[in-house]
Amino acid sequence: MANQEEMEQLVRREYKQGFVTDIESDTVLPGLNEEVIRFISAKKEEPQWMLDWRLAAFEQWKQMEEPQWAHVHYPAIDFQAISYYSAPKSSDDKPKSLDEVDPKLLETYEKLGIPLHERAALAGVAMDMVFDSVSVTTTFKEKLGEAGVIFCSISEAIREYPDLVRQYLGSVVPVTDNFYAALNCAVFSDGSFVYVPKGVKCPMELSTYFRINAANTGQFERTLIICAEGAQVSYLEGCTAPMRDENQLHAAVVELVALEDANIKYSTVQNWYPGDEEGKGGIYNFVTKRGECRGDNSKISWTQVETGSAVTWKYPSCVLKGKNSVGEFYSVAVTNNMQQADTGTKMIHIGEGSRSTIISKGISAGRSDQSYRGLVKVLPSAKGARNFTQCDSLLIGDQCGAHTFPYQEIANSTAQIEHEATTSKIGEDQLFYCRQRGIAEEDAVNMIVNGFCKDVFKELPMEFAVEAEALLSVSLEGAVG
Amino acid sequence: MSLMDYTDQWLSVVQPQISQGSSWLADLRQGAVEQFATQGLPHARLENWKYTDVKALAKREFVLPKNAATQADALVAETSLALDGIRLVFVNGLFSAAHSQLDALPKGANVLPLADNANVAKTLLGQVAAANFSGFTALNLAAWQDGVVIDLAANTVVEMPIYLQFVSTEHTDACLIQPRILIKAGVYAQATVVEHFAGAEEAANFTNVVTEVDLADGAQITHYKLQQESVHQYHIASLHVQQQRDSRFTSHNICLGGKLARQDIQVELNAEGAEVNLNGLYLGNGRQHLDNHTLVNHNAPHTNSNEDYKGILNDRSRGVFNGRVVVHKNAQKIEAHQSNGNLLLSDKAEIDTKPELEIYADDVKCSHGSTTGQLDENALFALRSRGLDEAMARGLLTLAFANEVIDRIEIPAVHDRIELAVAGRLPEKFNLKGLV
Repeated sequence: MANQEEMEQLVRREYKQGFVTDIESDTVLPGLNEEVIRFISAKKEEPQWMLDWRLAAFEQWKQMEEPQWAHVHYPAIDFQAISYYSAPKSSDDKPKSLDEVDPKLLETYEKLGIPLHERAALAGVAMDMVFDSVSVTTTFKEKLGEAGVIFCSISEAIREYPDLVRQYLGSVVPVTDNFYAALNCAVFSDGSFVYVPKGVKCPMELSTYFRINAANTGQFERTLIICAEGAQVSYLEGCTAPMRDENQLHAAVVELVALEDANIKYSTVQNWYPGDEEGKGGIYNFVTKRGECRGDNSKISWTQVETGSAVTWKYPSCVLKGKNSVGEFYSVAVTNNMQQADTGTKMIHIGEGSRSTIISKGISAGRSDQSYRGLVKVLPSAKGARNFTQCDSLLIGDQCGAHTFPYQEIANSTAQIEHEATTSKIGEDQLFYCRQRGIAEEDAVNMIVNGFCKDVFKELPMEFAVEAEALLSVSLEGAVG
Repeated sequence: MSLMDYTDQWLSVVQPQISQGSSWLADLRQGAVEQFATQGLPHARLENWKYTDVKALAKREFVLPKNAATQADALVAETSLALDGIRLVFVNGLFSAAHSQLDALPKGANVLPLADNANVAKTLLGQVAAANFSGFTALNLAAWQDGVVIDLAANTVVEMPIYLQFVSTEHTDACLIQPRILIKAGVYAQATVVEHFAGAEEAANFTNVVTEVDLADGAQITHYKLQQESVHQYHIASLHVQQQRDSRFTSHNICLGGKLARQDIQVELNAEGAEVNLNGLYLGNGRQHLDNHTLVNHNAPHTNSNEDYKGILNDRSRGVFNGRVVVHKNAQKIEAHQSNGNLLLSDKAEIDTKPELEIYADDVKCSHGSTTGQLDENALFALRSRGLDEAMARGLLTLAFANEVIDRIEIPAVHDRIELAVAGRLPEKFNLKGLV
């Protein structure tokens, strides 16, 4: 005990120094305590209410236990060994255009194969770049501004639109929702904020690229998207991370709010470092994503392609409160080598006539382990609720595992709920057919796997779909033959 | 109070029973007592008991039953199935020789009441059902009072069903009824066993039964579990099966009675060619809570499993279904299929279903499906167009839904009795009288 106290004191002292002498330096020492939270909040020039909110969340978190129910295994995480804040060097005077961006940053983007300027111009996509934890540049802001769409970093939103943030932040995923959500509330560094006002159809697809860069820093994004009455938005989130040898913790929270007749489409391509073949390194991805269809006839659609991370724990969910509201979940998850994924969705039917669709395609290869875990819950109020669920798993190799844990809790006699699941390996006949026509085995497997995932890929925006297909073959490299 | 606080209370109820039997048995019972003392009754935080809260049961006080066979003649006759041949009758869990019939046994088949023949079961008791499976299994091993041992020598074929009738009587102090049923089928032996639980309409006892089945190479056992106890009765049961090469086990599990009823079925497919078929129906009325948990472990390659469970929930009843299929490493060439269908007849009824697949081998064909929904509108229309009123048309279709399970029952006397019982338990407005 004494040792721990000494340690804490030491850590606290370091922070004080860090705070006073080196405001430019931007990675705090590992450890989590009130001082760190105060430091993060001060760094972001947050108002008092935000700091209070974070501190309250931290108090809650201290009393919570790590969830153990997921079908994943990993060494215990030492939350005091993680650094909770890291920002790029030049965060204090933000560049107005790409020319002003630190050339070293641009170089890193190049290495990652993302021609930012080209991409922005060609694809017509506004990018709220998150490099590590702070957004450094936002494009197309003016065009969005004309339409009345707010698209900025969450830190900026807290300063500029405090009323909106206060109204909605934590209203979908409450602070006490789960262990990692509470942690995120306490220490979230940055993320995106989108507000689409009444009747506006967002003129372009919004996109944020998250990247984890500095070694040893957890990444805790917070995303909040609000679609007012009759508004529409499509949001893309894509992730890559450079090679790292130490496990990095990522605990993001994403909240979506759809009011009456609003429509939110949220697409993710997640390709964080999965660790090497022996399972060394890789990201721990413990994410809470939830959308609430608050208004009648609103719709929230999640599409995800999960190929990365050593351990994934992720259940993008829809709370269908509004009458005739619609929830969708389309997912492709690929695990190879020693990866583990426990992912799925929750559809909570509250409103009359609410409908949901779940299509989940899992591919396990190598010695990986993958689970679909889903909940379809129909409350007595959800008259005529409808759900269709299909989960298919494909096994490549005899060392991997594929599991399905679908929970269904139905308390309305007019609900119609269907669940189907299959597990099998790649059809020998299909493989033979391709091989016979001179297609290499690995290409044939890719082709078959892509076909298997087609139901989900067709839900992705075009450029994402192309990327996803490429990702799939990269992820499955070495899985065959 | 947590459930653990009731552990001592339960142990004091069963105390007189713990020392019963010869020394090997007393040792076995003592081990189970210790297991129960550490494990306690299952609480709702356990994944397997998430939807079934036994707190109300844990709080209840029960006594060990005394022999009441002589007063039960009418009840035994009334609840009896019209089956000829071998019959063992238990009144409140205690064997009643007067009601039983053990003459028609072929050579090589040994069917005996357990309490007086415990030594025959020395190598069987607790071999298939692990004491730590749940607190209830431990409690049964610690303090079972009577039961049956069925031991079939190699190549023995018992043509007639072995009928085990359990009758629960109305009692001033509610009884704790703990039967133990042991079935061992030698190489290529065959038999059909009917476990039938019924009783007085006002009976409010607690039945906690454990059945162990061991199938040697090529053995075939068909097992019926017909649970028609009163709606005041608590019924907790677990059926544990282990199967060797080319053996086949078929289970028909009909769950109609009980205030709170829980049936666990655990099957271990341990060698190539083993096959299991699980067939089940649960029908809830009033405030009944009916929970069925099945687990099939494919431990060896070339093993198959099929499962079909159907549920009908009316009034404020609640159904729980959890079907788990595990394919273990290197258990290739598996076929496992599972389906679960549910009909909710009332807006106050609830179903919580979870068909689980856990697969660690790649060359497998596994599927599961689960539906909760309404009757087919087209079928309904077809019946209406032939002049049936809506209630009756719905009634017939609901019965047809149940019949998908009932029609797999091969013994005509059992089939007819169950169909009638199901029809009788469906809502009166369906007006099925005279149609079945």
